[in-house]
Amino acid sequence: MSASAPASGGRPVRHFEMPGSLAGKLRVWRFTIARRVVQFGLLLAFFGTLHWGWTLLGAPLLAGNLSAAKLAGAVPLADPFAVLQMLAGRHALATEVLLGAALTLGIYSLLGGRVFCAWVCPMNFVTDAAFWLRGKLGLGAGDDPVRLPSPTRYVILAVMLVLSAASGLMAFEAFSPVAMLHRELLYGVGLGLTGALGIFLLDALVLRHGWCGNLCPLGAFWAVVGRAAQVRVAFDNGSCTRCGDCVKLCPEPRVLHFGNAAARGMIASGECTNCGRCIAVCPESSLRFDLRARIRGAANGATAHGSTPGGST
Amino acid sequence: MDRRQFIVGAAKGTAAAASGGLLWYALLEQQARAAPPLRPPGARAEREFAATCIKCGLCVKACPYDTLKLVKAAGPAAIGTPTFTPRDVPCFMCENIPCARVCPTGALDSVFPDIAKARMGLAVIDPENCLSWQGLRCEVCYRVCPVRGKAISISNHPRQISKHALFVPVVHSEACTGCGICEKRCPTEVAAIRIVDPKLVQGRIGAHYRLGWKHEQAPTVESEAPAAADAARSAPKKEPGAGGLDYLNRGGTP
Repeated sequence: MSASAPASGGRPVRHFEMPGSLAGKLRVWRFTIARRVVQFGLLLAFFGTLHWGWTLLGAPLLAGNLSAAKLAGAVPLADPFAVLQMLAGRHALATEVLLGAALTLGIYSLLGGRVFCAWVCPMNFVTDAAFWLRGKLGLGAGDDPVRLPSPTRYVILAVMLVLSAASGLMAFEAFSPVAMLHRELLYGVGLGLTGALGIFLLDALVLRHGWCGNLCPLGAFWAVVGRAAQVRVAFDNGSCTRCGDCVKLCPEPRVLHFGNAAARGMIASGECTNCGRCIAVCPESSLRFDLRARIRGAANGATAHGSTPGGST
Repeated sequence: MDRRQFIVGAAKGTAAAASGGLLWYALLEQQARAAPPLRPPGARAEREFAATCIKCGLCVKACPYDTLKLVKAAGPAAIGTPTFTPRDVPCFMCENIPCARVCPTGALDSVFPDIAKARMGLAVIDPENCLSWQGLRCEVCYRVCPVRGKAISISNHPRQISKHALFVPVVHSEACTGCGICEKRCPTEVAAIRIVDPKLVQGRIGAHYRLGWKHEQAPTVESEAPAAADAARSAPKKEPGAGGLDYLNRGGTP
């Protein structure tokens, strides 16, 4: 729907072409490389602290895992969604985990809620690999045997919180394939990998971006947080030719909506993971990372010039 | 979309969410009600523990003896929660309790005062396979017990086929921490002393049984008893045959 919008200004539509030079390729892959460095670096920091005794300032570098951790023996971090499930179960909790969850929530509400999904989550290795395989097999969204309504993940998020409240247990954490995969990677592999394998098959052959884009309640939680995130993908409507190359690559097909993007001057949806794929392939450089506050100013400026209205939250 | 379509759509969506939710709930309860494994010292009661353990593994990292492990998928308890297998590595009862200290959520009490007050489990003895019960002077469990003499004592026990008594270990639940060092060191091929969840083996007498001889030995109970109860207890002594009962009640085994 969004890709079929008319080309703006009658300019010729150029498409993305992979540069021949290595330097050009690296430039296109820069965000993917950066994401892998961050994902792998965090995993390595956890692994090194656990198994090789890595330290920082004499304290364990990054002890724990993505559910809860302690940085340099001083800074607590915790998964706010896990803590929310505990609170839904009406459990009294120690201050440390509450502080850690608040701190983590603060970091991601600056960087973009679903920055977790694209830059930190270990399941991203799995789902990106499945997406790569889809490309090799030439499978498009039309080939999928299943399609889910867009609010599915939010319904799952709500069900998980209702179940946590009803049972007093952590409904999602009890069987979270994300946390399970992370633990398998840190403490040794076992049957917990079945979840990741299932997600790989789902994403590769059953439903395009099935887990991250349709089902994962943790991603849905971060999407809600991301509605107010500061770092966003800014969109320059003036230079965009609606070639649609970004839409083809975007792991969240619903977030790249040219009408909304033109009105807001950015990809405002909390579902955007800030993965940077669209920025890397845009032949007109119409997309870039920027801060919400600055983007809003730019959109207002565009309004003053008589183009699309909007820019308010 | 007309109203009918909307209502049908909403009903379908609700049904999908409810069916998935109920299935998930069944799995949750199935996992939560499985026989609880041994938990680190200072753990909350099992269901509360499983509900507040965030599965971060900080306790596992803090344990200097590699005792604790996070439960794997298809393991014996809630996936990702810490447990230990005494026959592999028991709890060596660190005085500063580092595993509990680092717990960020309070699933383990981070200010748990005294490791000797920990109740991780309870040692139980299988007399059919315990060497001491066969007449050998093993007593390894008694000697390795960190709460020595209190959690496990050696008591003599008459033996039918010889004049020599058996010297057998006896576990006292009021002092046993469930650390599992006895299970680790037990020399039999499969340990004849094992740490289990006390609920699996411990009975309860019930308040309606009055163990008069015990109460007479415990002055605190005696002093708290109301005068009327004292009068009632002394009354039967005046009846015929009370002398014999008194003999049985005066302590010492017949």
